[in-house]
Amino acid sequence: MCEIIVITSGKGGVGKTTTTANIGVGLAMRGNRVALIDTDTGLRNLDLLLGLENRIMYDLVDVTSGRVHYKKALVRHKKFDSLYLLPTSQIRDKSAVNPEQLVQLCNEMKSDFEFIIIDCPAGIEQGFKTAIAAADEAIVVTMPEISAVRDADKIIGELGRADKENIKLIVNRMRYTMSEKGDMLAIDDINEILSIECIGIVPDDEFVITSTNKGEPAITVKESVAGQAYKNIVGRICGESIPFFKPPKEGFFTRLKRLFGML
Amino acid sequence: MFDVLMKIFGNKNEKKSGQVAKERLQVVLIHDRASVSPEIMEQLKNDIIAVISKYMDVNKSGMEISLANDDDSVALVANIPVHSLHHSRR
Repeated sequence: MCEIIVITSGKGGVGKTTTTANIGVGLAMRGNRVALIDTDTGLRNLDLLLGLENRIMYDLVDVTSGRVHYKKALVRHKKFDSLYLLPTSQIRDKSAVNPEQLVQLCNEMKSDFEFIIIDCPAGIEQGFKTAIAAADEAIVVTMPEISAVRDADKIIGELGRADKENIKLIVNRMRYTMSEKGDMLAIDDINEILSIECIGIVPDDEFVITSTNKGEPAITVKESVAGQAYKNIVGRICGESIPFFKPPKEGFFTRLKRLFGML
Repeated sequence: MFDVLMKIFGNKNEKKSGQVAKERLQVVLIHDRASVSPEIMEQLKNDIIAVISKYMDVNKSGMEISLANDDDSVALVANIPVHSLHHSRR
């Protein structure tokens, strides 16, 4: 049985590709055979986040145009050997792949994998429609920020119009201290507004940047709080019921220091 | 020092920006979800004026209509100032 999940957001820069890389690695760490398909044609990045940028021979357009078989284009991860990447083309544009081609490709790949994760481009045009066509499940990534939530709402509407019923939410780059003070949209506000099932809250974490620098997703970094959040998300995708992480309350001295501008 | 005191005692009347964000989002999403463009709202307004003018003398320039959020439901709210009721012709 293969699950096909599309990671989407509407707005750019909220962390779709980072989420795809972390969920992919997390599922592979549990022993699943996972294929990641980058559909952000012309803006290839998933290869960089996984540290696979130097090993690409063929891309998605080579496969959908029939030039090579998908097995030839898949790049196997060095460290997690049940994880494969089907990179996107860096030279073509978003109309180079159409929805029917991606559906057909996923149907062919289904028997080889437990999970196929599709990284969707930003926007709601052709590229988005192609990316969601084959998916049985969609994960919408947003941030606690007014424009990202508005765009997530738009995407949820579009997914509904495309008859995608299984839609989950991930809130990325959460800053708990700010939301506790009322200086940022809170998780409850976002859940109330979007009213779809939330499967993860990823705290804003510098490890995401430093691990990306090295081409190793944060989920591989033990000390990373974002990495821990991604592990919980992967568990929830696998059907486990995992309680949501509650940030520890700030101590009196931390608050005092912050008050006097020492933090 | 004043800043520190302001932080301690705070201005209780000032709404937190997170709350402002939530309220602005709720309003904008009503329009997004209903996919009602400003042109359609204008047409709707003109049609309502035309209907009501048959019965009452309304202040056309003073009329306002908008979509509003009330707890769980969305309402079309119209504020229509009336100059005078027409005299009954009977």
